[in-house]
Amino acid sequence: MERRSKLLSNLDWTTVFIYILLVLMGWLNIYAAVYSDEHSSIFDFSQRYGKQLIWIGFAFLLAIIVLFSDARIYSGFAYVFYILIILALFATLMFGKVVNASKSWIQVGSFAIQPAEFAKIATILALAKVMGRYNFKLNSFKSYVVAGFIAFFPALIILMQNDMGSALVFGSLIIVFFREGLPGWLLAFFAFLVMLFIFTLVFSTSAIMVTLLLLAGIVFVVIGGKLKAYARLLGIVLGVGVVLYFGSQIFSWKIPFNYIFIIPILVGIVAALIKAIASRSRIVFYSALFLLVSVGLSLSTDYVFEHVLDVHHQKRINDLLGIESDPLGWGYNVNQSKIAIGSGGFLGKGYLQGTQTKFNFVPEQSTDFIFCTVGEEWGFIGSFVVILLFAILLLRLLKIAERQRETFSRIYGYGVVSIMFFHVAINIGMTIGLVPVIGIPLPFFSYGGSSLWSFTLMVFILLKLDSDRYGALG
Amino acid sequence: MSLKLQTDRHFVVSGIVVLVLLTIVIKLFYIQVIDSRYKFSAQNNVLRYVTQYPVRGLIYDRNGKLLVSNKVVYDLLVVKRLVKSFDTTEFANLLDISTDQVREAFTSLKKQRGYSSRKAMVLLKQLPVDVCNRFREQLFRYPGFELQPRTVRKYERHIAAHMLGYVGEVDENTINNNSYYQLGDYIGISGLEKTYEKELRGKKGVNIYMVDVHNRIKGPYENGKFDSVAVEGKNLETTIDADLQEYGEKLMVNKIGSIVAIDPKTGEVLAMVTSPSYDPSLLVGRERAQNFMQLQTDSLKPIFNRSIMALYPPGSTFKVVNALIGLQEGIVHPYTQYSCAGGYTVGRGVGCHIHRSPINLTEAIEMSCNTYFCHVFRNIIDNPEYGSVEEGLNVWRKHVESFGYGHKLGIDLPNELGGIVPSTSFYDKYFRKGGWSSLTIISLAIGQGELSATPLQMANLVSTIANRGYYLTPHIVKSIGDSLSIDEKFSQMHRTTIDSVWYNYVIEGMDMAVNCEPGGGGTARIAALPNIRICGKTGTSQNPHGKDHSVFFAFAPKDDPKIAISVYVENAGFGATWAAPIASLMIEKYLTDSISRPYLENYILQANLLNRRGKTK
Repeated sequence: MERRSKLLSNLDWTTVFIYILLVLMGWLNIYAAVYSDEHSSIFDFSQRYGKQLIWIGFAFLLAIIVLFSDARIYSGFAYVFYILIILALFATLMFGKVVNASKSWIQVGSFAIQPAEFAKIATILALAKVMGRYNFKLNSFKSYVVAGFIAFFPALIILMQNDMGSALVFGSLIIVFFREGLPGWLLAFFAFLVMLFIFTLVFSTSAIMVTLLLLAGIVFVVIGGKLKAYARLLGIVLGVGVVLYFGSQIFSWKIPFNYIFIIPILVGIVAALIKAIASRSRIVFYSALFLLVSVGLSLSTDYVFEHVLDVHHQKRINDLLGIESDPLGWGYNVNQSKIAIGSGGFLGKGYLQGTQTKFNFVPEQSTDFIFCTVGEEWGFIGSFVVILLFAILLLRLLKIAERQRETFSRIYGYGVVSIMFFHVAINIGMTIGLVPVIGIPLPFFSYGGSSLWSFTLMVFILLKLDSDRYGALG
Repeated sequence: MSLKLQTDRHFVVSGIVVLVLLTIVIKLFYIQVIDSRYKFSAQNNVLRYVTQYPVRGLIYDRNGKLLVSNKVVYDLLVVKRLVKSFDTTEFANLLDISTDQVREAFTSLKKQRGYSSRKAMVLLKQLPVDVCNRFREQLFRYPGFELQPRTVRKYERHIAAHMLGYVGEVDENTINNNSYYQLGDYIGISGLEKTYEKELRGKKGVNIYMVDVHNRIKGPYENGKFDSVAVEGKNLETTIDADLQEYGEKLMVNKIGSIVAIDPKTGEVLAMVTSPSYDPSLLVGRERAQNFMQLQTDSLKPIFNRSIMALYPPGSTFKVVNALIGLQEGIVHPYTQYSCAGGYTVGRGVGCHIHRSPINLTEAIEMSCNTYFCHVFRNIIDNPEYGSVEEGLNVWRKHVESFGYGHKLGIDLPNELGGIVPSTSFYDKYFRKGGWSSLTIISLAIGQGELSATPLQMANLVSTIANRGYYLTPHIVKSIGDSLSIDEKFSQMHRTTIDSVWYNYVIEGMDMAVNCEPGGGGTARIAALPNIRICGKTGTSQNPHGKDHSVFFAFAPKDDPKIAISVYVENAGFGATWAAPIASLMIEKYLTDSISRPYLENYILQANLLNRRGKTK
């Protein structure tokens, strides 16, 4: 009795409350998405909302089981779970069933399970175990290799299953690495490179170059360089640019327009490098190097885009960035999704009144595109409330993670937040055309047992660890 | 890692979460609240506008006989993505077409403007009712297909093709310029169908349904609050006498040319025959394009509406106009006599046939004396009152134009031409300023030279003479729908510049041309009818296309004109030979509804005057 009352008093009820709220809202929206006049009984188990009721029942059961389990098993069996899930992933790769071109489902009786969903839990448990070891510090090459392997090996197998969406989710674990000591500038630089890649696809190289130049100036000045020195450098760059421009105009030099931007910048960078080496200024040296890498990346973006990415990924990205559009072809999903959400307006069309979702204009509307139903029927207000609930949940989970005494629990908590945050941001982002279409579900909302159970397990294991945070010592 | 750094990182991560979710909220606010584009798209998605096509107005003749009505055909629509594989041969047999046509239809389907595999697109057009009834029984076996009723034209009598015109699908240009029309709509393309398109077409209605992604109808939108009912097109009552028209077309078989008959008192067109003609029902239905091609490439140009578009020299018929101008200008008196010895011998000279001499003005018209009118014309142009030959021509031209020459009359048909009345500037350019005289342009005296007019203008001219000095704009539609009023311009009187007293002398000449004693010299005695006094004038118009055109115009009865008619038979020779008997038969048919001279009728019916082009007299 003592243990049980301790559990109830130590349990983070706020999280539980938000969890239940989200699950119920999710179900209401699945009902709306599938709703038609022919099937209106909520207990019609031939329909998705009927089945989802069963999944929700099981999810609650799982949550209770986790809460009454021994908290130590998660840390103790972390590697075992990890190895088991790796085996399951391999098994799926070999015996799995192909759905939407990816081989990520495994048939167990009449159920189809997506092991990748559970791989997320096992991975963050194992990652927490590795990084939570006494004396483990993210400061050596070896430590990065070990932790990196644990975090990203499952992603590799999932990628081989051709489920890029689920594989990308593991990328979010960089947040965990950041929390545990990954230098901030690396994270920033990584983010910067991603942005640069995208911008280069959208804007002309020349525009990027000019922006980079201004950016370098700002960085240079902020970090402590002298404005005067930068102005001098800028003078050289502009001077070369002007000479090239008028040269090409007056003497009809055959210089491609881009190069009129690129050549002066390269001249400027070389000048800065020479000056940096001469005056042994590290800041100038690094900023110049940074610029050099950026310019190189911008120039190679097209090559990477054309040769490394699949055609359908290229198209999704092009569509997203508005470079090409084909609203009835591969841009159909996003376009219809935006129409559904956009037509919701401020207040929404009202529950079960959504025409776009009800008449199946949005594909995958009860799974990946469930947010369309929210947007169309509940409007901006409803969408805002849902996002707000997720924000509160994520911040709450972060707070929970931070208050853990054990490194294992904290790292696990950060893992949960990273993965859930990635799912929420990418899923909603893709329905409104902010990010390319990546087929990952919206936690608690999307139809399907695997996703719901995996997020339930994830959250409740954290809650269990949290409720036990004092007991672990005692 | 210091504690401070750890706290910082907690904030950084929280910050990233908040920032990213905030970005999403802002974007949501943008597409949901600010940008209204998506609301329209949503409606387009879910609402299906099913057009209710109105029935096109009917067209009647002046006696209430139905000329044009409608019949139902079906367009076969298909929603491509719902189609399951089927046996092409069976499908083709069912629809009474070849398997190749089926394949072709499916390949061209995708090329249609606005093609979508989710929308109902037209696969085959204008399938006949019996085929569709058979297909409808089997429709359940072909998911994704549906039949849409359309009405097309049905011609009760196979006449007046040029005048009635035809109906076809709107072209892209029209769709872009006129918001009423949408792809696949029908529109009047020529003839009355074009002129009265707005009245005939009625107003389309629309039913708005909500559909799902498979285009299945889920029910009316807002209970049909925004639906509208199709309004039928208005009926047209024309001035045409269907029997007369039919008779005229019969007479003109195997001849090239035109007949235009007008009621002089009202300007109503009684018949407007163009030959060769075609059966208007050829330009309806699925074979339309093919038939049209065939008609278009025909060397006799059956699509060309000669009545209002062919420009012929008026020939000797024009002498009456010169006579009237001469009388009005006072340079000739009814009793002025000129002698004629086989032609006008000044300058290059103008030949004449043999007749008694000297003769006065009335006789000159009766016998169609070239010499007489050369004198008259030169006296008009060289009248010292005007001071110069240019001024003389201007005076002459002003008079001629008052007869409806040199400009479009304004009949309610598209593509009418206005003919040519040469001006001083024309001759200044053609010769040189001051390089021409009344003698240079002497051909105008006998209606030749640079003068040209349409058969309609000729009929209007004789109508003007019948009215002793005025005409009403010829028109074909009498009333539209229930309203009896038509365009005001058709009831306006156009007066000529000639005083009405002078007409009687000319009419007397025309009377004598037809009704003089045997041996009296009248040129059109073949046209005479025992009980009806026809006044007419022959013409033989020289032209560069071979043998002369046979021309005749007339009105009857003399004292109470009820019909004015012009007849052109291309390359047929003397006016009296062919045009005059045709006009006479038409007049008799209209006024008595019977034919008293079967020999004359047979003579015309059996004549084949085609293929005379290029042969000279």
